[in-house]
Amino acid sequence: MPVLELKEVDAYYGELQALFKVNLEVHRGRIVSVLGANGAGKSTLLKSICGLLESRSGSIFFDGKRIDGLSPHLIVDLGLSLVPEGRKIFSSLTVRENLMIGSYTPKARKDSLETLKNILEFFPSLRARISQKGTDLSGGEQQMLAIGRALMSRPRFIIFDEISLGLSPLVVKELYKAVKKINQEGMSVVLVEQDVKRSLKVADFAYILQEGKVTLKGNPRYLTEETVRKAYFGI
Amino acid sequence: MIEYLEPLINGILLGGLYGVVGIGLSMVFGIMRQVNLAHGDLMILSSYFSLLFLQVLGLHPLVTLILVAPLMFFIGYLIQLFLFNRVMQRGMEPFLMISFGLSIIIQNALLLVFTPDARSLETTLVIKSVDAFGLFNIPLIYLVNFAAGALVLGALQQFMKRTYMGWAINAAADNETAAKLMGINPKKVYAYAMGIAAVTAAISGVLVGMTFTFYPHSGTQYLIIAFGVVIIGGLGSLPGTFLGGLVLGVSQLFGGRILGPGFQLLSGYIILLIILTVRPQGILGGR
Repeated sequence: MPVLELKEVDAYYGELQALFKVNLEVHRGRIVSVLGANGAGKSTLLKSICGLLESRSGSIFFDGKRIDGLSPHLIVDLGLSLVPEGRKIFSSLTVRENLMIGSYTPKARKDSLETLKNILEFFPSLRARISQKGTDLSGGEQQMLAIGRALMSRPRFIIFDEISLGLSPLVVKELYKAVKKINQEGMSVVLVEQDVKRSLKVADFAYILQEGKVTLKGNPRYLTEETVRKAYFGI
Repeated sequence: MIEYLEPLINGILLGGLYGVVGIGLSMVFGIMRQVNLAHGDLMILSSYFSLLFLQVLGLHPLVTLILVAPLMFFIGYLIQLFLFNRVMQRGMEPFLMISFGLSIIIQNALLLVFTPDARSLETTLVIKSVDAFGLFNIPLIYLVNFAAGALVLGALQQFMKRTYMGWAINAAADNETAAKLMGINPKKVYAYAMGIAAVTAAISGVLVGMTFTFYPHSGTQYLIIAFGVVIIGGLGSLPGTFLGGLVLGVSQLFGGRILGPGFQLLSGYIILLIILTVRPQGILGGR
């Protein structure tokens, strides 16, 4: 049984339909890549999953529990965490406080200091900057902070939205290593990306969106460049 | 020179009280970007609650805070949950209107229950004074006010730096969407913040009630002081609010000493205007 399952999900911004009958499955312990050009509906899809946008029809299941219509803070508490696009580091909090707020949910709070220790071992460069303002860090460090913050909630399922946006190739390489390690520790991962090549290299399964519809899905090993291009751009 | 020491010291002490008066307004603005016009009335409501407990239970005004503070927290929490949270997404005007309405309701309810007579929270602190360097006397109540003000601001600062609720309040203020992704329910957090603001109103209400006389409509007067404090110090900044209180207190008493007692309030607002011109974001305000 998949951990996350979307069935025929439609989503709208006001009157504008942004998702059309999207079906998507993520199985336990997998890395699933969601690809698509700007405006293809990737962000809408994530918002629907996280409860930031109410889908108008269809259903979303997480761990067998129906989560569409639930408030975002309740979904986080179930063990689904999002590393948002643009990182969204809290500007009035220090690095340490930014991490600690990640463990806000009652479940995560109990072992928060233990989790914090593990995360600082995982991203040693954050340790040196622990008392600085979160937004004073470099782009790469901020991305690590955003990932660390999401991990603080001890999720079983983690979604990365545009993890490599605006970062140097070297930093991106390091971040992808972190993603793989996170996956090896047992977390299911969804990667939402514009960097098609890199994303397909690590993914076990891929979905390609275009204009709010799934245009291609499959194991990246069996997807040819041509079919991907066609699904991605429509040409 | 020495004759100015008295207004300076008394001004600083009075400023500590002004700091607590302003802190609730400053907090709500800093966190929700909203102006609570009923803040002064929540203060005076607390003064009357204290008066009630003092008369019925025979407690010292400061001791009544054990009852008044939680009561006000609860009131603030409920006001936010059931009134303000409904209009948070619609800009500033609905919030202003609701808080203005609340202000009118509180004032008239107090008028109805307690009559328009002048009241005060009687305590011997008011008549005692401390000798300052053998030069002049400092009313003991001023020292109590200042100590309480510093304590409240310090405690609030620590609360914001060290607790999950403090971080959550800051996080929700920074970015509501990202806060939701942390598992934070912004509406609950705002209710909590309003509860805390109401507790600061409770503390300042009791202090003001011990120091001065109050009437059902006194809230407006303290709202204006709170505005002054917050504008001078910088909106949303806790240390700024304390500093703003000191500047307003000192400039009032200096003006009173130099120009005559009638100019006390005016000189405070002249300094306010000057700061507004020179540094519109306030002394410690960012952006």
